[in-house]
Order: sequence, then structure tokens, then C-alpha cells
Amino acid sequence: MVEGGSLMAGTAPGALRTASLEMPRAGGGRPGRRRGLGEAAIELFLRMNGWVAVMLIALIFVFLFKEGVQALFSIPLSDFLGTTVTDYRGNPKVVRMWQPVSELPKYSLLPLVCGSFLVAFPATLIAGLFGVAGGIYLAELASTRTRETLKPFIELLAGIPTVVIGFLALATLGSVLQGLLGTTYRLNAFLGALGVSLVIVPVITSLTEDALRAVPDELRVAAYGLGATRAQMIARVTVPAAVSGIAAALILGMGRALGETMIVLMATGNAALITLNVFSSVRTMTATIAAELGAVAQGGEQYQALFLVGSLLFTLTFTMNLIAELVLERMRRRLTL
Amino acid sequence: MRRGLAGLVFESLCRGLTFVTCAALISILGLIVVHGVGVITPEFLFGTPTEGMTKGGIFPAIFGTICITLLMIMMALPLGVAAAIYLVEYAGKGLGPRIIRAAVNNLAGVPSIVFGLFGLGFFILFVGRNIDRVLQTGLLFGQPAMLWAAATLAILVLPVVIVSTEEALRGVPVSHREAAFALGATPWQVVRRAVLPQAYPGILTGAILSVSRGAGETAPILFTGCAYFLPRLPLTEFLGIPIINPLDQFMELSYHIFIMATQSTDAQVTRPIQYGTTLVLVTLTFVLNLAAIITRNRFRRRLGAARP
Repeated sequence: MVEGGSLMAGTAPGALRTASLEMPRAGGGRPGRRRGLGEAAIELFLRMNGWVAVMLIALIFVFLFKEGVQALFSIPLSDFLGTTVTDYRGNPKVVRMWQPVSELPKYSLLPLVCGSFLVAFPATLIAGLFGVAGGIYLAELASTRTRETLKPFIELLAGIPTVVIGFLALATLGSVLQGLLGTTYRLNAFLGALGVSLVIVPVITSLTEDALRAVPDELRVAAYGLGATRAQMIARVTVPAAVSGIAAALILGMGRALGETMIVLMATGNAALITLNVFSSVRTMTATIAAELGAVAQGGEQYQALFLVGSLLFTLTFTMNLIAELVLERMRRRLTL
Repeated sequence: MRRGLAGLVFESLCRGLTFVTCAALISILGLIVVHGVGVITPEFLFGTPTEGMTKGGIFPAIFGTICITLLMIMMALPLGVAAAIYLVEYAGKGLGPRIIRAAVNNLAGVPSIVFGLFGLGFFILFVGRNIDRVLQTGLLFGQPAMLWAAATLAILVLPVVIVSTEEALRGVPVSHREAAFALGATPWQVVRRAVLPQAYPGILTGAILSVSRGAGETAPILFTGCAYFLPRLPLTEFLGIPIINPLDQFMELSYHIFIMATQSTDAQVTRPIQYGTTLVLVTLTFVLNLAAIITRNRFRRRLGAARP
């Protein structure tokens, strides 16, 4: 990078054009020169602030994995899948449980990962249905006025604190849902998924809308010209053209669902079970950290194990964000061609 | 326009699902207002919890929320605005800015509970304990406190500040920068006098959104400074004037809701208090969000009008 030296050091696109205008005018004593040092100092200061974000991500990575990796050394690796115990007849048996506070601490991550996905999958499905439909409606069907009215609504939905949704799920929705579906547990993965889907619907809606709006109008005009109806145009032209953007929206939404804490902590019942039944109580990775970290000895085995769970969560969401970013990048490149 | 039955079904489905989303928002709000509005009295808003938190008000939680979000935005705003100015006005399209943008994007995607882990591991146990060791202050900095909770939240909202400031700066027409440069302004003068004054409402929008986001977050402050119940306000005397004590713990609205709904001995008895607290928190975040949306729409319209 060439920066700092010249007066115009890598500024906004327009500034480069002005540079050529200014040079001849400046002639003998260039006015910028006197302030050169101050300008350089300001630019250095601003640039350092920019790099703070990079430093923070690096610090999060280091401090999360520093403790998390120690867990891999202090706890036998096989314990993260299951612990071998002897049952009352003296036969060895592998139990897959997360039970860090017991005579024989058990650190199986399987029920936690299972719980997280049992919430995140249904949440993404529900939110995907509503979010993609919402995005299509806002981008392709709604009049400008309707859109301007509805968009703030959906943005407000994103502004509701998650603890509020968790609380409502716990206080009312849980009982309503149990009455409707007759589930065994009042607090279960599905209730958590419903709550989480409320949080990610706005994300998916606005990203889908953005993706559809990025599709050039020429394609729409061409589709109409070939005699397509509006629905045909959407289903066969704009949605296929924006499909990577919509996929990215779903991936990002799922990443958010995996990382959601307060709703699942309050609404899923927090029983660490390995199950595929969405109406069973589950315990997610996020809820485990939130529930246990406050009452744990710093630097102890369980503390490290919780950081390991955090590292796993960070890696998962990081990867999903990265994939979404790459998919979006590809779409941008394809649509500008 | 020709539609056909399938088209009609498809379009109505999209419209219907969108309206269901909006209806969900309205019913959430309705539920909170119906259950919570009866609880809101001056004593509730300005009193302290009494009788083992089963009666009384929530003033310490309101006060704590205001304190921590102020502290948070004081940390996040200068940092975020400076970073955004660098990205938009100084950095070109090189590798450095691309790395910074990627970092900001990633920071926005980090789960909030991970910030909680980080706040505990980095701010309290690393930074705080080391300050204590160097200054010989015993266990003053190395424990959960408002300062660390605010710092943790500041990292969480940093991407919001950066992205909205970037958007605000980009909204300023390039011609204004060109005019300023043509008058012989230095890059910083251009930023200071030509760009920032116009981007100000947009930056304000970002700041308001961040405050609203920070006020609603619970997971990052669970271990970094929140108190279940604090009989005093987090204040200290400085030269005879009461000021916020950033090294004290604090009560906070969203944490109060969580703790009252899940940890109290009889959650049913305190349900009205929980709804009341929820109503206060939602009102706070909604007023802030609405203010942000209105500021932004005005700002966009004004910039739109300025464009040729």
C-alpha cells in the first residue's frame, strides 16, 4: 500500500481526480506541506483505530482457545464423547452425558451439540419460510408505500431484546403450545426454536430482499417480454438469479440461531439429552456456558471445558459466516458481470 | 396482468407470511403492554426492590442500564467512528482495509455468549488482575464491574457503529469532497469540515441503534458485572459530587427479567414485576429504535435531495 506520503494519500475515489486538479494550482508553496506532520499523525491515529477490530478478533480467538485447549490436556480426549462408568452389576458402560458437577465429572459434548442443532435447524426452517417469503414480498410484490410501512416493523422485530422473547416463551407461549400440541415437556427445543426464529426472521427477510434487489431489472423485463406472469418471473428468473444470496441469508440465520443464548436458556428446559425429538427438553452449547460459567472455579477443569464449548461455538459460527460471505461474494461477482 | 391460479396462490402466500411476521411483532408487544401496563406506577419506576425482590420498584435496574449503555457508547463511538473514517476516507482498496472489513464482519457474527466468555477471560482475569498486580490494589479491578461489562458490550456494538458510520460517510456526495480539495483543504480538513457535518445524522443513527442493542443484551454481562440484587446505586463521591462508580457492580433491566423469571423462588408471584420490567425495557429499546429509524429516513431523504 502506498500511503501517508503524498497529500492525497489514498482517499475516496473522487479525491484522486482532484489531485490532478490541485497540483498545478499549488505551484510554488504547496499549502498542504506545512500541515504534513499533523495530517500524517491523524491518519496514523485513524488507521490504528481501524486495526483495533482486527486486534479484537485476534484477542477473542487467543483468549478463548487458550483456556479451551487446556481442557484438551486436563481432560482425557475420549471423555468429550463419552465417559466409561461401571453400572451396578460391575459392567463397564459408556455414558454420553454433560454432567461436570458430579462424583465422576462427565464432559460429553454430544448432547450439547445435538441440543444446539435441534434448536437451530427447526428455527432456520421456520424463519427461512417466513423470511424468504417476506423478502420476496418486499422486493417483488409490495408497492413502495407498503414496503416503506412494513420494513420498519420487521426492523423493530429485530430490535426486541432476546431476553424479552425468552421471557414470553417461558411465561406464556410455553403453556399455550403445550395445550395445543400436548407435549410432555412445557419447555422444549421446539419452543426455543420458535423463539429463535423470531430473532432471525428479520435477518433472513432483509438479506433475501437485498439479494433480489441486486438482480438487474433487465432480467425482469425480459421475462415479462417472453410472456411470463409475475409469479413465473419470480419463481423462474429472479429467485434463481438471487439463489446464492438467499442461501447466504439462511446460513447466516442458522449461525445466529446457533449463537443465540438467552432464548434457549429460558425456553428449552436445559436437560442435556441426546435426542432427535424436537419436543424434548434440550440443552444447547450457549445455554450451558451461560448457566454454568457464573458458578465455576476459575482455571478449573469445568472452567476450561466451558471455554472449549465456547471455542467450538466460535469455530462453528465463524465457519458459517465465512461460507455465507464467500457465497455472497460469488453472487456479487456474477451479477455485476 | 395475467396471473393464473398458481401465481395467485404463490403471491398470497408470500403476502400472508409477511403479515404473519408483522402480526407476531404486534402480538408480542400487545402481550407485554396488556400484562405490564398495570404495574407501571411512579413507585415501580423510582423505587428499589423490597421484601426479597417480590415487591417494590426497579429503579436500580433502570439506573444501571442507563449507566452501562452510556459507558459503553463512550468507548465504542470514538473507536468505531475513527475506524470508519479510516476505512472510507483514507484506506484505498488494498489488503489492509480488506482484512479490517473482514474482521468487522466476523466480529458482528460472534455469538453474544462468546463475548461474555471473552469479557471474563480477558478483561477481568487478564487485564483487571494485572492492573491489580501492578498497582498493588488487591482485588479492585480483577473482579466483575460495570467498567468491564461496558467494555464487553462496546466490542459487541463496535461493528454496528462502524458499519452505520461507513454508510453515513459514503452518503456524502463525492463532489463535496472534490470542492473542498479544490479549495486547498488537507485530507483531514475535508473530513472535518466537509464530510463529518453532513454525515453527523447518520452517525447519530448508528449510535442510537448501538445503545438500543447494548441495552437489550444480557449474555455478555452475565459474568462481567451484573448483580442479582444491589442495595445501593453504583455511585461514588468524587470531590463531594456523586459520580458513577465504574468499578462497582450494577443491576440491569434485561438481567433483572432473566433472573426474576428463572431464578426466583416463586416466579409466578413476581410475574407482574417481570412483565412490568419487560415493558420498561421494550419501551426503552423501541423508543431508541424508532428514533434511529426516523433519523435515518430523514437523513436519506436529505441526501437524496442533494444528489443531482
